[in-house]
Amino acid sequence: MRQGAGPHLRRSLTVLAAVSIIYLLATLFVTNSYYQLIMTLVPVWALFGVSWNILSGYGGQLSFGHASFFGIGAYTVTLAMVYWGLTPWVGIPLGMLLAALAAVLIGIPTFRLRGHYFALSMLAYPLAILYVMQYLGFQEVSIPMHREHGLAYMEFAEPRIYTLIAVLLLIGGVVVSMVIENSRFGLALLAIRQNELAAEAAGINARRWKMLSLVVSGMLGAVVGGFYARVLLVVTPESVFGMLVSAQAVVVTLFGGVASVWGPVIGAAILVPLAETLQAELGTYLPGIQGVVYGIAIIAVMLLSPDGLFWTVRDRLLRRETPHGVSEVTGLMPDAGSGGQPLAAATRPASRGSGPLLQVERLSRSFGGLRAVSEVSFEITEGEILGIIGPNGAGKTTLFNVLNGVLAADQGSARLDGRPMLGKKTYGVCRMGVGRTFQVVRSFPRLPVLDNVIVGAYGAGMSDRDAIARAIRALEQVGLRGRAGVAAGQLTNKQLRLMELARALAGNPRLLLLDETLAGLGREECDEVLAVLAQLRAQGMTICIIEHTMHAMMRLADRFVVLDHGRVLATGLPRAVVEDASVIEAYLGKKWLTRR
Amino acid sequence: MDLGILVENVLNAVTAGVTIGCIYGLMCIGLGLIFGIMRIVNFAQGELLMLGMFTSFYLVSEGRILSFLGPYWGPFIGAMCAAPALFAGGALLHRFLISRVSGLRTVGSLDEGHFGQLIVTLGISLILQNGGQILFGSTPVAVRTPLSSQAFEVGPIYQGATVFLNKAKLVAFFVAVLAAVVLYLVLEYTRLGKALRAAADNPTAATYMGIDVDRAYRIAFGLGSGITAVAGGLMATYISFGPFVGFDYVIIMYSGVVLGGMGSIFGAFWGGVTVGFVQQFSALVLPPQLQNAAMFDVFLMIVLLRPQGLFGRSAERA
Repeated sequence: MRQGAGPHLRRSLTVLAAVSIIYLLATLFVTNSYYQLIMTLVPVWALFGVSWNILSGYGGQLSFGHASFFGIGAYTVTLAMVYWGLTPWVGIPLGMLLAALAAVLIGIPTFRLRGHYFALSMLAYPLAILYVMQYLGFQEVSIPMHREHGLAYMEFAEPRIYTLIAVLLLIGGVVVSMVIENSRFGLALLAIRQNELAAEAAGINARRWKMLSLVVSGMLGAVVGGFYARVLLVVTPESVFGMLVSAQAVVVTLFGGVASVWGPVIGAAILVPLAETLQAELGTYLPGIQGVVYGIAIIAVMLLSPDGLFWTVRDRLLRRETPHGVSEVTGLMPDAGSGGQPLAAATRPASRGSGPLLQVERLSRSFGGLRAVSEVSFEITEGEILGIIGPNGAGKTTLFNVLNGVLAADQGSARLDGRPMLGKKTYGVCRMGVGRTFQVVRSFPRLPVLDNVIVGAYGAGMSDRDAIARAIRALEQVGLRGRAGVAAGQLTNKQLRLMELARALAGNPRLLLLDETLAGLGREECDEVLAVLAQLRAQGMTICIIEHTMHAMMRLADRFVVLDHGRVLATGLPRAVVEDASVIEAYLGKKWLTRR
Repeated sequence: MDLGILVENVLNAVTAGVTIGCIYGLMCIGLGLIFGIMRIVNFAQGELLMLGMFTSFYLVSEGRILSFLGPYWGPFIGAMCAAPALFAGGALLHRFLISRVSGLRTVGSLDEGHFGQLIVTLGISLILQNGGQILFGSTPVAVRTPLSSQAFEVGPIYQGATVFLNKAKLVAFFVAVLAAVVLYLVLEYTRLGKALRAAADNPTAATYMGIDVDRAYRIAFGLGSGITAVAGGLMATYISFGPFVGFDYVIIMYSGVVLGGMGSIFGAFWGGVTVGFVQQFSALVLPPQLQNAAMFDVFLMIVLLRPQGLFGRSAERA
């Protein structure tokens, strides 16, 4: 569990219990069988929204094909009952297994895609299955009746029992969702959604977490589908694999609130009765009115409150209260203090030998015909600050990207403490002990500063307790402790740079790769950041920093590596390097040399 | 004799692939303008196609305004009339809805506004499909022309193999190619076309060059809608359709545009032709119910095998 999760979870569970009891009591007063069906469908679609939310809300992997899992659940339950006489009590778990399998099969190729390509591809899966189902002759399959063994076959004469089961299933789904939201799983998903590359550079294995979210969300989707088939007694390919099914999940969640446990519940509670009632009252004159209402609802939500009702209302309410984020964090102070001691020991062991910490040999990388990095060799010894300088386009950032696995090298080698770094994924390089910051700050703008930094600690595989303590200490190291509870989006440029530094520090790195950490800072801000870096060196940190501003580098760096057109132009002590004729030429042009 | 049947089937698949492919090509150009060039993810493109079909249907069916044109000329003129109608419709959609989630407003935002575009156009798609069901009913209709049941026979060429050229498809093919060529010339050589391409390529820079980017986008979106609608009108002469027909074709359109390479009008056309070919040839080996499933598989293959080179990660700078 993450920081402060305990009381927060307890409060949410109380609300959940209260709402469920009130809802179930309300069913006692509903006698019209159609309204009873609606009362069952509200938790059904809410749960489907909860399931979609785990993948697309928290993880940001927008899917328009969630019907795949719904349909697999529905057809598994129905066909298992028709052909093998299996009760839904077994059929639903079976459907979950099949959905998990399908999720893996779908995820392996599809997670190679991003953004709207992912969304469009996900759309194709349920439609392909739909046509296969038609081809196999499962146009319309009815669930056989078992009046004498009602309970054993999940068949009840009293429709309110279905509502009860639906509510229990929803409670289960909401609890799963709450646990995810408050765990490292949820934080990893939120980080991936906001900036996948930054998450990877902080040690998060994005692929694995995304896959896990697809499996969990697919299994929940299959539960909904299986139960839905049991309640409606008939399945057709269109009614369980169709576009409108996928749309239901998207619509209720977006309407209610994305990436919030309550969003899908609120959305379903409002939209399902509205659409069903309209369908019942006007359906004969206006067939399809349900789809029209859904369409209008999502357009309106997107234009008026893009994150959904829950967040809009919450933001309104919160604006009136004092921001309590900071106090929440100060409540953790003693925790951090006690955790601070063992952490000193938890930092990585010192270098084994006396050899260099980082050894780069003849590293090259081309883009087409352009050799962005060409046969670059250099070393960094433990505890030193190495400045990498060079004009624009010299290949400095490309060098970093190759070193931390964002780009593959064409040839050459790079070793950290003798172990090869190349060929690893970005998160793998991070776990070897290489922290990285970016030229353009890559933060998770909607997460609090502390959570931003905790992502780095989780990336290094720390336990919850250690991660929180380490993150707080990292914030202290960069002097941002006081801003821990503020959303990262509200920080100044300097604070963002420091926060990114803290995120890299939280993974207990042995080597920091800093890409233009001083870019865009004023002189005084620059001095503050330099002071932080100097202090880090005093604590024994090894730093490799890219920088344009010469005067700052002269004060900070122990040694320079000068790059130009992808090649190493000069290496050595700062004074010697700036007086090197070829360096002056690269920076200022030939004319300057002759003038001198 | 068996060989003869095979030859006949293959030849007919080729001719059908070419004619239907070119109509698909026109349809893909519409999406190519919107998705390929302007980078707006439009989910409702299939519904624009559907509206094109119904526009033509309501103009030229018995007792309507254009029914005096007769069953030979009428359906094809009706198809062309869908262009101005849907141009206006598309421009309005853009003015009031799409522009709020695309163009200058989303430059540099988290995912260039694709999330918002997907959602808003999904909403439009739901409204048009289901609203279409309310307005047009769910019984499939068709634009009747005697040409659709007539064919030129070529052959017998080889062991009795004969090629049948459906006249409706043939005329539709010519209209489609003509429309594609005209559009190409407009985009390539007119001032308007240059402004559109500049605005799409770099909206910020285009603004500084004095181009009214919002207007350019509106026109381009209208053109994209109108072009797809013409293709719809042409297809209406040889298929029957209902309000939900767009869905099957939206996937075909995305396949074509992605296959042809993003950002190229020409590419989108050839992408559409290719998809038409694949579809006709899959008819040789697959039962009819599975042809659509095959289409989705092809789409997945295309997207999965060519994820780079398209936009997305490749454009990202660390």
